[in-house]
Amino acid sequence: MNEIAPTPLKPKDFASDQEVRWCPGCGDYAILKAIQKTLADIGAEPENTVFISGIGCSSRLPYYMATYGFHTIHGRAPAIATGTKLANPELDVWVITGDGDGFSIGGNHMLHVLRRDVDMQILVFNNEVYGLTKGQASPTSRVGMRSPSTPLGSLDGPVNPCVFALAAGARFVARSADTLQKQLSPLLAEAQAHKGASFVEILQNCIIYNDGVFNEVTDKKTAPEHTLILEHGAPMVFGAEREKGLRVKPGGFGVEVVTLGDGIAESDLLVHDETNLDLANHLARLTGPDFPTVLGVLYRVPGESYEARVHEQLDAARTEVEADPHADIDALLHDGPVWRID
Amino acid sequence: MNEHVATAPADDELEVSLVPEADFARVRFAGDSGDGIQLTGTRFAASAARFGNDLATFPDYPAEIRAPQGTLYGVSAYSLNIGRTEVLTFGDVSDVLVALNPAALKTNLADLKDGGLLIVDESAFIDRNLAKAGYEANPLQDDSLGRYRVLPIDITTRTLDAVAETGLGRKDATRCKNMWTLGLVLWLFERDTDAVADWLQRKFYKTPEVLAANLAALKAGHAWGETAELPPEMRRYHIPKAKLKTGEYRTVTGNETLAWGLYAGARLAGLDLFFGSYPITPASPLLHALSRMKNRGVITFQAEDEIAAVCSAIGASYAGSLGVTASAGPGIALKTEAIGLAISTELPLVVVDVQRGGPSTGLPTKTEQSDLFQAVYGRNGDAPVPVIAASRSSDCFDCAIEAVKIATRYMTPVMLLSDGYIANSAEPWPLPDPSKFAPFPVSFRTDADGFEPFARDPETLARAWAVPGTPGLEHRIGGLEKADITGNVSYDPDNHEHMTRLRVDKIRGIADALPEQRPEVGKPHGRLAVVGWGSTWGATRVAVRRAMAEGIDVAQIHLRHIWPLPKNLGDLLGAYDKILIPELNTGQLAALLRAELGIRPHTLNKVKGQPFKVSEIGAAIRELAAD
Ligand SMILES: Cc1ncc(C[n+]2csc(CCOP(=O)(O)OP(=O)(O)O)c2C)c(N)n1
Ligand code: SF4
Repeated sequence: MNEIAPTPLKPKDFASDQEVRWCPGCGDYAILKAIQKTLADIGAEPENTVFISGIGCSSRLPYYMATYGFHTIHGRAPAIATGTKLANPELDVWVITGDGDGFSIGGNHMLHVLRRDVDMQILVFNNEVYGLTKGQASPTSRVGMRSPSTPLGSLDGPVNPCVFALAAGARFVARSADTLQKQLSPLLAEAQAHKGASFVEILQNCIIYNDGVFNEVTDKKTAPEHTLILEHGAPMVFGAEREKGLRVKPGGFGVEVVTLGDGIAESDLLVHDETNLDLANHLARLTGPDFPTVLGVLYRVPGESYEARVHEQLDAARTEVEADPHADIDALLHDGPVWRID
Repeated sequence: MNEHVATAPADDELEVSLVPEADFARVRFAGDSGDGIQLTGTRFAASAARFGNDLATFPDYPAEIRAPQGTLYGVSAYSLNIGRTEVLTFGDVSDVLVALNPAALKTNLADLKDGGLLIVDESAFIDRNLAKAGYEANPLQDDSLGRYRVLPIDITTRTLDAVAETGLGRKDATRCKNMWTLGLVLWLFERDTDAVADWLQRKFYKTPEVLAANLAALKAGHAWGETAELPPEMRRYHIPKAKLKTGEYRTVTGNETLAWGLYAGARLAGLDLFFGSYPITPASPLLHALSRMKNRGVITFQAEDEIAAVCSAIGASYAGSLGVTASAGPGIALKTEAIGLAISTELPLVVVDVQRGGPSTGLPTKTEQSDLFQAVYGRNGDAPVPVIAASRSSDCFDCAIEAVKIATRYMTPVMLLSDGYIANSAEPWPLPDPSKFAPFPVSFRTDADGFEPFARDPETLARAWAVPGTPGLEHRIGGLEKADITGNVSYDPDNHEHMTRLRVDKIRGIADALPEQRPEVGKPHGRLAVVGWGSTWGATRVAVRRAMAEGIDVAQIHLRHIWPLPKNLGDLLGAYDKILIPELNTGQLAALLRAELGIRPHTLNKVKGQPFKVSEIGAAIRELAAD
């Protein structure tokens, strides 16, 4: 048979034959599109790509991908993905989770998959609300949020996903938003290229239960004033006219927003260093109205991932094992004090 | 041959005997949890096994790691029964009790038989310890122990004298007390110290002074027995070798054989073994045993909790390994939702439940059989899984292989029940010939032609195992209901009923491949059958065999398969006038059999965290046989 050069796959080749069933206008559509584009861009092999999700609107995503997919149970996707990746490190594993799935019921597993540093991409679709169960407050909801379960306003302090991820020991932490296609897709490609647990918070609009919470960040008109897109080695500039920046508070600890000109030059601004954990922590916490929301790769340091270490340990421990299962089992049973009765 | 000896069910099996001290003897070591009692017991068991006795053991230790010294709740005990005949239980009463302090005496004396030998460490019977144990007067000085042959020895001082030359500090030297005691007991049973000495050499080769002290104490205890002018009633025990089958033997506990069986099952299936677990008593030793098998490629994953443990195992099965998880009752409760996911996605998984006293945290270090309902019924939805129960330490090996076989053949989670007693008790195991286990290699689906994720094998009703990494088989699975064949999400009412029935039928169909249930002991019909499962096997078997020796028409039926039940079970049970079901719970198997087979069994229930005594089951048999 003649060898046929494989034609590069297009984004639509990563779409399954299943009808997508999110509410019209849901931010999840855009994220799905960005993921499919990313896979096409990086030349992913569908047979080696696995999407594992928990439960929630966002977690339906695997059904819409023409790859392997496992829609599991609420909050547990990181644990299932850990087993999958340990059993077959060759697979490219993506975890799809929501803010409720990943930080309420699944908070414990999120902590541990990050501190273990299993090589996978963890995409948190953060809409600051429970979508699938009809609009209750979620662990990322802002204080005062009114919902069916918090009619007088939520009293719980919210989780900041990126801060959580950094504290858990993640070596790749990034943030983006559903409609920022130009930024999101390359970011996902970088997450995929990173060896270890790559954590990406994606601000996602739930048009039904929390419409517009991220408008300042995603609306073309307001975004320049309210977002700062990070670039490693570049000064932290933002604003419609790129007239604003972040600098270290003079004589203080922390950062402040300054306007360029009036004796303040770009060279006075903070320069992003992806490998600086303190900086990443600080940037992850910044919120409006006084600060821009920081997007892009907050933190990235290279290293060896968990499953690689697990398999190194196994390989180092491995001794000659009989190829024949019967002989091997026999050897196992004789590995210890055995005696004969005649 | 002794007239009390029952006819053995098979020629190569050991007799059951009713003549203690001649055919078998039961020893209990008891002391403070810091006294090294478990080690003393284990080493004595190993020596007896080497010598060629049949034996059964029962480690019984407190939940506290280091309970305050001298307290009643800090008492650690280790019972064992060694015999020339079949001994399947640690024995109802002790022939010998070694009590290293007043608390140990108080908590264990009730099980010493009248006229039994009581060895005590005299030096521990001081006011403070007596008060802690709730004694108003020193029992060694009044005549409250008149029913026993009491041998008070100042074990502490004798140990210190024996190890003086090794230069060990007083505290460390005192810790050799258990070796001195073991030396004495070995002498009492006409055994030498060689096997224990060998073991000490291996254990302490890095710390020569500790080794020297332990050896000195062991020898001194033995020599003391030899040379001390003991009163004539302190006769030694002469327990000859049992006529064990020829072959190679190893002393094993249930957790060890379970670990080996899981590995053997994976090898026979041609799969890598992935074990995801979270520490819990009494299942943790399984994690430890498998973690030591990395040289054989076993992946063990200590997860953050039981939910992550089972989930990681499911993830591994999804990727084409054999996913296994283990826990005790409370942990299995946490795993429940994930087991449902594995049922729904039809992935193989082995779930081991090493049962302990419940409910909730219950009695962590004590044994019970009360997770049967949890195993059979304990999930949301119509969610059947096969349930297998091991009857004794050695049986865990076979059960584990069988669990792997069923999980992979039928693409289903399997529940494998053990319990605290089986997990920790030791028995001599004639090593099986591995070649008698036929391989059952798993074949992953690789052919993309006509692939449908939920198409089924017409015989087993299992779907194909199509693992990520296989080109052309990309598909999606999940916990939502699936359309038959395609596996696409479906809310169609008829489809849901159809799929539910398919899942039920698949599991029920496993019964077609099960061997017919037969009695372990006795005839396949008659007056009375004692029906059991799990670790009641030993006590029941001894009780039934002894009752048969008395001429009672009784049989033992022991279930390995709790779900589905063997197909002929209803007919078999129907062939007896009466059924007795002894269980270490309030009647769970009895309820199941009542519901499934419509039988009306008599029940014998014990929920004390302790295994059955032979006499308890024996009394129930006699009572039912009489009327
Ligand atoms: C064990 C369990 N508890 C509760 C639920 C109900 N449940 C489904 S999704 C969900 C919240 C999902 O919220 P989020 O992760 O924010 O996802 P979204 O729907 O907003 O994408 C809950 C509570 C469940 N499916 N399983
Ligand atoms: S409820 Fe919200 S998150 Fe869910 S699909 Fe609808 S818009 Fe999207």
